[in-house]
This record gives sequence, C-alpha cells and structure tokens, in this order.
Amino acid sequence: MKKQNHDKLKNDFKELYKKFILASIVIAIVGIGLLYFIFDFSLSIFNSNEPETEIVEIPVEIPVEDDFDKIENGIHIKTGFIEAPGMMETIQNCTNCHSSKLVIQNRMNAERWKSTIKWMQETQNLWDLGANETVIIKYLVTNYPPKKVGRRAVLKDIEWYRLEE
Amino acid sequence: MKRRSFVAKSSLGGLATLLGVDIVYKNVMPEGYTPLALQDLDPFKLFNKDKGMVVLNDKPWNIEAQAHLLDDKVTPNKSIFIRNNGLIPEDIDVEKWTLTIDGESVKQEKTYSLVELKSKFEHHTYKLTLECGGNGRSEFDPPAKGNQWTIGAVYCASWTGIRLRDVLEDVGIKDDAVYFGYHAADVHLSRDPSKEPISRGAPMSKAMQDETILAFKMNGEDIPLAHGYPLRVIAGGWPASVSGKWLQRISIRNIVHDGTKMTGTAYRVPCKPVAPGEKVADKDMCIIESMPVKSLITYPKSGATLSKSKKLNIRGHAWAGELEVAKMEYSIDFGATWSSCNLEKPANRLAWQHFSAEISFPQEGYYEVWARATDSNGVSQPMLLPGWNPKGYLNNACHRIAVKIA
Repeated sequence: MKKQNHDKLKNDFKELYKKFILASIVIAIVGIGLLYFIFDFSLSIFNSNEPETEIVEIPVEIPVEDDFDKIENGIHIKTGFIEAPGMMETIQNCTNCHSSKLVIQNRMNAERWKSTIKWMQETQNLWDLGANETVIIKYLVTNYPPKKVGRRAVLKDIEWYRLEE
Repeated sequence: MKRRSFVAKSSLGGLATLLGVDIVYKNVMPEGYTPLALQDLDPFKLFNKDKGMVVLNDKPWNIEAQAHLLDDKVTPNKSIFIRNNGLIPEDIDVEKWTLTIDGESVKQEKTYSLVELKSKFEHHTYKLTLECGGNGRSEFDPPAKGNQWTIGAVYCASWTGIRLRDVLEDVGIKDDAVYFGYHAADVHLSRDPSKEPISRGAPMSKAMQDETILAFKMNGEDIPLAHGYPLRVIAGGWPASVSGKWLQRISIRNIVHDGTKMTGTAYRVPCKPVAPGEKVADKDMCIIESMPVKSLITYPKSGATLSKSKKLNIRGHAWAGELEVAKMEYSIDFGATWSSCNLEKPANRLAWQHFSAEISFPQEGYYEVWARATDSNGVSQPMLLPGWNPKGYLNNACHRIAVKIA
C-alpha cells in the first residue's frame, strides 16, 4: 500500500515535471520567435535593396481542436499515422517535404524503403537520417506492410443503390 | 526576403501550430503570399472540385476523379484530376509572364510575352485526352511506389492555344533537333530553387503535330491555377506529364531531354517484359511515349441495383493514345462472351470517343459489366493487369462495374 502511494506520488511529480519542461520550451520558443521577428523586421526596413513589400493582414484561424499530438483510436489525427513506436521519428523526418498521405498509401518492404530513402537523399534534399533510419523503416514495414492483391482484385467497397431510369 | 522561408520552416513542426507561431507572423506576411495554412484548407473549394473526388496527397496536391464523375463528353474542371510533382507557383503575374525558346538546337534564343504569343500566332481548339502515366498504379502487385491512382487520373477537356510548331518555326530550329523539354514555374518540394520538380518533353515529331499546342484556355476559360495557368503545353495521348504546366521555357535539345523525371526510372517501363517484382537496371528502362488503349464506364455508377424487367443503358469513353479506338465491347459474364457497343468517332484526333450499349440480363443475380476497347492496330485492353513494371505505369486493364439484378 505504501509502495503504491509512493509510486503515485512519483508519477504525479513526473507529470508536473513534464508540464514544467513543456512550458519552458514554449516560452523559450515564443521568445526566440519574437526576437527573430524584431531582428528581421529592422533588417528589412533598413535594407533599401529589398523589394517593396506591401504588408497585409491575413486572418489565420487555428481551431481549438487543432492539437498536434492528438491521438484517436490509435491514429495520430494530424497526420493519419498509426500510433506505434517510430511514429514521431517518421513524422519529424518524412513529412517536411511531402504529406504523410504519400507515405501511408505506399506499401514496401524494408529493402525498397531503404532505396526510396536513398533516392530522396540523392535527388530530393533529404538529410542523413542517422540512427532514425532503422527506426522509421521498422515503423513503416510493421504498420504498413505490402499486401498481396494478385493479378486482379475482386471489386470491393461497392455502394449499392437503386437505379431508377 | 528571409521572412517567407522562416514562416515556411516554422510551420513544419508540430510545435508551430501548438504555439500559434503562424498568428505571430501573420502581420508580416506579404500580400499575395499563399499562407501555408492553405495545406489545411478544403481542397474541393480551393480547386473547385467535385466532393466525390479523392485526395491522394495534399503535399504535393494529387487528387483523382471517380469513373462516374467523368460522364461528361468534355470534362468540366470539377472532375479533372490534379497531379503535381512540386508546389503550385505563387504570385503569378500574367502581365510579366514570358516564354523563352532556347536550347542547343535553336538558331537563336527568343522570348515572347504572353500577349505576343496570343496575338502573333493562329489559335486552335482541340479536345485532347490527358491521362497520368501512373493511372491504375494501385492495382500492381508487388505494389509500385508513388501516388496510388485507381482509375480517375484521366480526362478530356477542350484546350485553346497556339501550335508549338508555329512558334518553333518562328524561332528557327536547327536540323539536329531531337527533343523538346519544358521548364516551369512550380517549386520543388524542398523549396530548393536550384531544383525543378519536373521538366519533361517529347521527341520533335510529337512537337510538330497539329494538336501539340501551348494552351492558354481550358474549356473556353483561363486555365485554372492547379492545371497550369497561364500557359501550358498540351501533348494529348501521351503521359500527361509531357503536358507541362506553368510553362516559362522550352528547350530544343540535340539530345533526348535530360530534365527532372526524364531519366532514371521516372515515366519509364522495362524495354523488355519482366517478372513481377524483378529488379530492372536504369539502362533497361525505356521512356513511355503513346499511352495504351483504355476505356471507362462512366454511367451508371458501380453498385446499381435494378429489376429484371429493366434494361441497363451503359455509356462511357474510350481512348488509345496516338491511335484511334476501332472497336468497343462489353461483357457481363466475366469476359467469357463479348457484345459490341456503339462507338462514336473522336471529335478530333487524340480526343476520347464515346460509347454506349443497352444490356439485358438473363436472370437475377450479381453481375460485373466489363468494358474492353480495341485500338486501330487491333490491340485490346487486357482483362488482368498488363505487364508489371517497377513504377506501376500503363495499367489499362478493363474497367469493371458491379450491377445487381433483384
């Protein structure tokens, strides 16, 4: 009983600590962002070689439910990825240039993912993935394995309706 | 302007949304800049597409139609698939838009304004079939890499423009010209300005055809932005990637054009047939030219249920790349027997042809209506998938719809 209480306390403390770290990161990034903003703003003003740019307000609405980390029924809402080990590494490295939709609709084995990554590095400016490469490939082949469809699949997902002529 | 790239970078990670960095920077966003939040907008509204279209990819945008959305003889914008290799150009200024013709095989480089092109050369209007080389890719086994198109990456719109041939004759082309290659205003996914998302082309024989045009109108109106506004190459019957959008430059080459997606395995198939899954060296891959014979049943939509006393009227379109469709048939017994359809002549060369048939069903039950076109060389659509190829191009297996008689 005592041990359980102790564990609970430990967990609570962990939670609190996590929140504190997150809040610190948030404040730090907002601060850096503002600094950058001020810095760049003055640069642009004083540099007469810069083309004249008209500044306008564009309303940008971010819905309340637009929480990046939201997971529902094992699916990461923002990207559609299956929640599993390696998902965050995949999001961080594979959705900067293209959509997660391009990853999800492709089904390849480890060897072909490897050569696809190599191709992206050679031609599409993808960086060296380091140790994440193995993690990402494992995530992809585990969660999106190739399916055998044969030479012609049966018609599926037929929505039946009454045809009136 | 460093600002734009900073906005772009900052919204890449999840924290940007969490922190509302976008809101901080909205005040300094230059006019005409398309906010990245565009990625989250409703693509159907953004591109005026039918709600039934299917989004395969939102960065870059790739959206396909469904067979029943392609029922019109001339496809309206709302049903036209979008295939992008890069990002749609921002800040297009038509007043300043120019087309430059250059390359090893021009007698001299020449630049035209858009106004000049429209006033100097004769206008022509053609209905031209454009199909993505990868249409049908989703059916290949083992699966092929790329956007998993089903059947909806094809359409036939009415295009108005000037002949590429007329422009090239005005510029003056050397005898050693082999190929034309286009260069366009779209932006590489990595936003690296030194990279082109796509720069393809075709042999001079295709460039010189009557129907190969530089178009500025689609279906009588300005070309929609997603389809290449304000100027686009249209090379009907070939993989739609030859019809370069947002056209700024055409290079007349004395070699086969070696732009992005001309080399390696892009838009290429094995020169010799290979077994499914076989590795093919780049040197054994050949460039796709004319698209193969194919057809679609566009009415009724798959899943129709009707009573036995009713006859079913089907209709659709058939096309055959550079060739004409000579014969159109349907089968309701899984290809055991075939009956002919009425087939119309094309509105002009390289336009798809319309077919129709009236079908009676012998008894109640589940049926599939299969459609099979045969081109003017006697080549028909296969019932199973055609030869496997590493990139999943040229699937012209016959289209099938499900019908129930109850």
